[in-house]
Amino acid sequence: MNEMKERKPRFTSLSGIEIHRLYGPSDLKDWTPERELGAPGEFPYTRGIYPTMYRGRLWTMRQFAGFGSAEDTNRRFHYLLEHGQNGLSVAFDMPTLMGLDADDPLARGEVGRCGVSISSLADMERLFEGIPLDQVTTSMTINGPAAVIFAMYLAVAEERGIPFDRLGGTLQNDILKEYIAQKEWLFPPEPSLRLVTDVIAYCAQSVPKWHPISISGYHIREAGATAVQELAFTLYDGLTYVEAAVKAGLTVDRFAPQLSFFFNVHNDFFEEIAKFRAARRLWAREVARRYQPKDPRSLQLRCHAQTAGCSLTAQQPLNNVVRTTVQALAAVLGGTQSLHTNSMDETLALPTEEAVRLALRTQQILAEESEVANTVDPLGGSYYVEALTNRLEGEAQAYFRKLDAMGGMVAAIEQGFPQREILDAAHRYQREIERKERTIVGVNRYVEREEQPIPILKIDPEVERMQVARLSELRKTRDPFKMAGAVAALQEAVACGENVMTPLIEAVKAQATVGELCAALKEVLGTYREPVVL
Amino acid sequence: MTVATAPLRILIGKVGLDGHDRGVKLIARALRDAGMEVIYTGLHQSPEQIVNTAIQEDVDAIGLSVLSGAHNTLFRRVLELLRAQGADDIVVFGGGIIPNEDVPALKGAGVKALFGPGTPLDDIVRFVKELPRSR
Repeated sequence: MNEMKERKPRFTSLSGIEIHRLYGPSDLKDWTPERELGAPGEFPYTRGIYPTMYRGRLWTMRQFAGFGSAEDTNRRFHYLLEHGQNGLSVAFDMPTLMGLDADDPLARGEVGRCGVSISSLADMERLFEGIPLDQVTTSMTINGPAAVIFAMYLAVAEERGIPFDRLGGTLQNDILKEYIAQKEWLFPPEPSLRLVTDVIAYCAQSVPKWHPISISGYHIREAGATAVQELAFTLYDGLTYVEAAVKAGLTVDRFAPQLSFFFNVHNDFFEEIAKFRAARRLWAREVARRYQPKDPRSLQLRCHAQTAGCSLTAQQPLNNVVRTTVQALAAVLGGTQSLHTNSMDETLALPTEEAVRLALRTQQILAEESEVANTVDPLGGSYYVEALTNRLEGEAQAYFRKLDAMGGMVAAIEQGFPQREILDAAHRYQREIERKERTIVGVNRYVEREEQPIPILKIDPEVERMQVARLSELRKTRDPFKMAGAVAALQEAVACGENVMTPLIEAVKAQATVGELCAALKEVLGTYREPVVL
Repeated sequence: MTVATAPLRILIGKVGLDGHDRGVKLIARALRDAGMEVIYTGLHQSPEQIVNTAIQEDVDAIGLSVLSGAHNTLFRRVLELLRAQGADDIVVFGGGIIPNEDVPALKGAGVKALFGPGTPLDDIVRFVKELPRSR
């Protein structure tokens, strides 16, 4: 009898799913590989969206970077490219994310602190100095002011004579998850959805290799969601964008192949792998059922992944390298198309060069030393992983039904539903840690009394003064009539329901700043205050 | 009922532009569950808004969350405004992504305590319970 005794009365996944001692054929009773898996590159894409996956091409190693001035971040980009990274990813500072200029009173103390400060077209030019925009792909994490920042990127390409159809990259542009989790919005949900749709339509027409949106679960998970909630809310957001674009008159095959997703990878190794597999299958099934696309690419869920920032600890920060490695491996076994690995020092500050290099090396070791990329979906057919994949898909569908009944995601957000679900999950998780039901090494077990300090990145306060001075100079030297005319034309176009992108590109070329353009858009589209959920 | 037995009133706020409200909301819940009166400001508050709300609501303490790296500017500005309004009997504490090396200077400027990532909620509750009342 003693050998039947187990360490705990109950084993649960990080998301609270009860895990059995053993999985076997009885857990996959009605399951057939033909229906639930298919071949890689074929419906329902459980095993991956490409037939050869990493045998054809490894995932893109894309480290999110941005701090200080455009010059500072430009140097970091060159550093990362020299060390073997193959895609860029821009982190903007808080004022830029909130659509404020560096000289706005609300920006005081925040300029360049947690990302790069971009207020003007000149800043954007400096950010990409010496980087061939037609040869790298660029991801930009920007949401409220996404259309404005994208207009600046396009204007830089135009100045350099690069045709838009040679630009590749991704604009995060996912406003729904801002209301749900990340909380950086500028306008109310409905007008924001319209801006998102404008960017989707513009890309379908003019920037065909660009992903106009990266439908993001990352921030939802960081805010405390479970894997199930991350999966459910993210995919439902995706369906909401598809519906908005279809309502705006686009056919699904015109834009759906350009959609992309962005997931978190947390600590529960198998649950995370199952989440990626369930996401592909559920997306393919839902889009097929709701929109019947003809182009199979419309059904393929492409994604970026990032290891979980919220899993990292300020205590014994070197341990974070190990956490990140395990999470990165889960993303790879889950079949991600690109990956960011967090640096060990990110609970303290933005990462140093050395810490970022180690994070990049982690991916290179997985890709080139571990041999895990030799075969497609190596865990396919595992009783446990398939049962978890089924379970996650089923629980996400249950959330879909709830959200449908509430009248869709915008209505659910306005009622505070996803916000409350996530906060409750965060609360449960925190209590589990405090009761030591879950171990966090170095935090609630194996605690060291003396912590060894590690070097951290410092942001020079001079950055803020320099940005403010540059803006003041810009406002003195630009043609004020041309700028005001372009902003007025933008407002008129928005008020008339025209696509926002063309007038925006004209306005940024006339030297209107991020803050000025966002303020002008707020005059037409309104502002938002969230229902506070506690 | 004497003033001394009235529950502590605590303003819990997000000052500055960052939207990370997971931690701050858990702390607000924990303090409320511990019997305190918690006023949660919501997001994106300027130092001026924080201080005005604190005075209007007659709070004993202000707990601020900053994860954007702007802590040096924002905490100091709140303390300065409290002093200017003659309300510097209100205790200011906080937390977020704050490097250890910034902590001594912030405490020197008047921040009573700073709680970093991984702090148990109970530690924060205990700290707040032991605060002197400003009213």
